[in-house]
Amino acid sequence: MKRVVITGAGSINSLGHTVPETLAAMREGRCGITELDFRDVERLAIRIGGQVKGFEADKRFNRQQLALYDRFTQFTLVAAREAIMQSGLEFSGELAARAGVVLGNSGGGMTTLDENYRSVYEDGKNRVHPFVVPKLMNNAAASHVSMEFNLKGPSFTVSTACASSNHAMAQAFQMVRTGMTPAMITGGSESMLCFGGVKAWEGLRVMSRDGCRPFSANRNGMVQGEGAGVFVFEEYEHARARGAEILAEVAGYAMSSDAADIVMPSKQGASRAMAGALRDAGIPREEVGYINAHGTGTAANDKTESASVADVFGPHADSLMISSTKSMHGHLIGATGAVELLACIMAVRDGIVAPTIGYDEPDPECALDVVPNEAREAPVEVALSNAFAFGGLNAVLALRRAP
Amino acid sequence: MEVKDRVIEIIAEQAVLDPADVTMDSTLDSLGIDSLGLVESIFAIEEAFDISVPFNANEPTESDFDISSVAAIVKGIEKLVEDQKS
Repeated sequence: MKRVVITGAGSINSLGHTVPETLAAMREGRCGITELDFRDVERLAIRIGGQVKGFEADKRFNRQQLALYDRFTQFTLVAAREAIMQSGLEFSGELAARAGVVLGNSGGGMTTLDENYRSVYEDGKNRVHPFVVPKLMNNAAASHVSMEFNLKGPSFTVSTACASSNHAMAQAFQMVRTGMTPAMITGGSESMLCFGGVKAWEGLRVMSRDGCRPFSANRNGMVQGEGAGVFVFEEYEHARARGAEILAEVAGYAMSSDAADIVMPSKQGASRAMAGALRDAGIPREEVGYINAHGTGTAANDKTESASVADVFGPHADSLMISSTKSMHGHLIGATGAVELLACIMAVRDGIVAPTIGYDEPDPECALDVVPNEAREAPVEVALSNAFAFGGLNAVLALRRAP
Repeated sequence: MEVKDRVIEIIAEQAVLDPADVTMDSTLDSLGIDSLGLVESIFAIEEAFDISVPFNANEPTESDFDISSVAAIVKGIEKLVEDQKS
């Protein structure tokens, strides 16, 4: 088995258009959730979200590209450029033939769907743009990354709702660990913040109208975000041989299925994923200093997740830190695990733990150290990143400080 | 049809029961309606009466809308329908 390290990271989300901007916001405990701004927003009951603002797509992409890139693809490419630039890798020859891109995504090109449904149903038009299909397909982002960077190895998109990115990164990790490829581009992206996207979520009545307050007794639901997180996973010796900067080591992972309910979370399913990731990484539970929680801010998730952490970690649950950065960037659905991995990297690399902001009142059912409202300096050897999706599909990654 | 009868009909359909088996003192629990079933029932009620029910699944007991029994739900809907008219 090979060791796997992260040698590049890129992101765009409501906290920043780059990784350094995102991490600065997490350190400051800044909130990226604002009033949503898009067509027909006045017809929504939920009008807040972690929307990416100030993003000028036409400055980053040319006209031909824009005709083919939905917003989720644009976000992916912005993040991939940053990650691959940081890694210093160039893909040619044997490396290009073996390296691929595995990304998580849930909704595909929702903005493209929304705009074109509006055009044919509401405006009664009978003709749509020729690129609607290649623009909205879930694998469009992975394909465009492969084309821009000449990645010719295994490439595909994983769709497991809110766990998509973690499942995707687990695949990439496994491919590098087994020696199938020396490097993979992985992570995920999502852009559901359009009228139809938010309206669909509104129907489920789990969204908050006023803010995301994970683990706080007065929490009243989730808030959506959008964006992308992309990483370069590289075989350790390959990275070391070329003197690459190593951000963190991916130590292990586990996946589980609740096989129980299409929306309600399960304590057992979550526990099996966390315990499984530690077992896979060969890490004793006492070494875990930080958990980036799934922490959606719904009544059901936060108490189930807290109970699950207590079960898996026993007495150590009271000494570890757990925070939900969704309080700042919102729930990025298929991209959320990728953006949240940044908080885990910051914990093990910089010794800074991102806070759970919006924390007003302790909830006895979530009695853990949730790093309320302010970031904390603390040395962290191992961090876990939790993702528990609708459909009961769970994936947890374990990061360790760079070797 | 009275508001009460229509609401009972919707709840009965959700619970896969005969409307006669849904009494005013039944609770959602006793009828076997879970949280997802409740959200679906509220949607059906909203559609039937063209009203908006203030209900958030995250705080079912704290919402302005009382769901502790069929009687409470009917009372709440009657009020919303009344408000809608005025």
